[in-house]
Amino acid sequence: MNTLPPSGQHGQNSVLTEETQAPVLEFQHVTISFEGPPVLNDVSFTVAPGETRILLGPAGVGKSVLLKLANGLLRPDSGSIRLFGEEIAIMPEEQLFPLRKRIGMVFQEGALFDSLTVRDNVAYQLIQQRVADEEIDERVREALTFVGLEETFSLYPSSLSGGMRRRVAIARAFIHHPELLLYDSPTGGLDPVTSTTIIELIVKERDVHRTPSLLVTHRIQDAFTLCTHHFDKEKNAMVPLPEGTIDLGTTFLMLDEGRLLFDGSLHDLVNSSNDFVREFLE
Amino acid sequence: MAIISIEGNAKQLVLTVQEYSLFAWRAFLNLFRPPIYVVDFLVQSDVIGFGSIPICVLSGFFTGGVLALQSAATLASFGATAVTGRFVALTMFRELGPVLTGVMVSGRNASSMASELGSMVVTEQIDAMRALGVDPLRKLVTPRIFACITMLFFLTILSDFMGILGGAFVTVFMNHQNGTQYFSMAWESLRYPDVIQGLVKPLFSGYIIASIGCFYGLKTTGGTQGVGRATIQAVVWSSVFIIVADFFVTRVMLFIFS
Repeated sequence: MNTLPPSGQHGQNSVLTEETQAPVLEFQHVTISFEGPPVLNDVSFTVAPGETRILLGPAGVGKSVLLKLANGLLRPDSGSIRLFGEEIAIMPEEQLFPLRKRIGMVFQEGALFDSLTVRDNVAYQLIQQRVADEEIDERVREALTFVGLEETFSLYPSSLSGGMRRRVAIARAFIHHPELLLYDSPTGGLDPVTSTTIIELIVKERDVHRTPSLLVTHRIQDAFTLCTHHFDKEKNAMVPLPEGTIDLGTTFLMLDEGRLLFDGSLHDLVNSSNDFVREFLE
Repeated sequence: MAIISIEGNAKQLVLTVQEYSLFAWRAFLNLFRPPIYVVDFLVQSDVIGFGSIPICVLSGFFTGGVLALQSAATLASFGATAVTGRFVALTMFRELGPVLTGVMVSGRNASSMASELGSMVVTEQIDAMRALGVDPLRKLVTPRIFACITMLFFLTILSDFMGILGGAFVTVFMNHQNGTQYFSMAWESLRYPDVIQGLVKPLFSGYIIASIGCFYGLKTTGGTQGVGRATIQAVVWSSVFIIVADFFVTRVMLFIFS
């Protein structure tokens, strides 16, 4: 086992305490197919409270499908999915909506509503809940400040760059302080500088609010950055953890051809003897 | 190979009918259950209703005009040109007003709904809405159906009115007949069953336009090409179903008022 990071927020005690609690999300033998061979085949894993799980795998192996299964946007052919302790695999759509309100999801291309301003996009859920306008404005500005985009308040998504759209999507996912975060390739198609900005936001959310999350990516460098960095509140920036230490709350899953090949820590990942894992890391 | 293709298409057709039936039933039930998105209803009423006024005014006016032109020639051979007003009024109120308005509004709005919702599907905006805990059926479909039914009702009245005006224009300025006689015949010939028949039809047509437009929009697959396909299917099927529904509603209305 690797040593723990020095920050109090990454202390072993807190991780151990959280590990004793029921998982936030639990997949058991989940299989799904779309007119062909299974996209996901007998997949089982859990996301514990406070844990960040990074789902690795090449393009087209079912990572996004798995994420959509996690909040009931898709239904499995077989198996069980428990979200906040409730079985959602066979839950009617109407009963899923209250559960989804407790989740923040960042889509691959942002999925912002074109016809709404950034303010209305970020506040979408609050507007539906008929929260007062003054409170909405305040919370939207707070969320946009968190992602460093205060100046986009009144703009429309069409006038934003790809990276900015992704950050607005993150602000939309964070604004209601979700109990679980799902990120679908948040850095996909972005330049390295913007990717680092996005990863910094994810690390910041992880270390400031300790929100459990499931992050899908095929970029191994992003995954390693998440493991080897933490957010320094005093510097208000992401900084590397001391040499030889990693964030123990951040662990890995790896998919290939619909099967879960790996489930473990960074240490286990880099020392894996599985040929596919080794090839992917290289 | 051809048999397999026919079997596949037949299965696909049955599946689509089943999916549409379930979709239409859920959408219908949502009309009477909260939450009601009043702002969305008003926005859609503006888009569907006020946006369609020009096409309804023009199509209504010229349909009435052409009816007067055609009927005057035929009626003249019986020496009955005086009943042109009656002919135009009855045809517009009972049939052409509701059906033509429905088809015109369908061409404009079923396509718009299918392409708008289809674009939202392919850019994951519908998934994002569901992920944010909002039911797209209630938020997007129900206000459109409600707005389309309400607005088509009033657009049909407008179209009927413009049809009679169009007929009057042709009768007075082209056929050189008496305008007072035209309006008098039009007014006296109309009975409540005619008016009711003409105003019940847009309720069905409005539901058909919005539910089919939204159904094909939300069913979109295959990127931007899929959006194009969904738009075509929405316009074609909504237009066909308006005419089919018109037949059955007419049959029922004639039975009730006979």
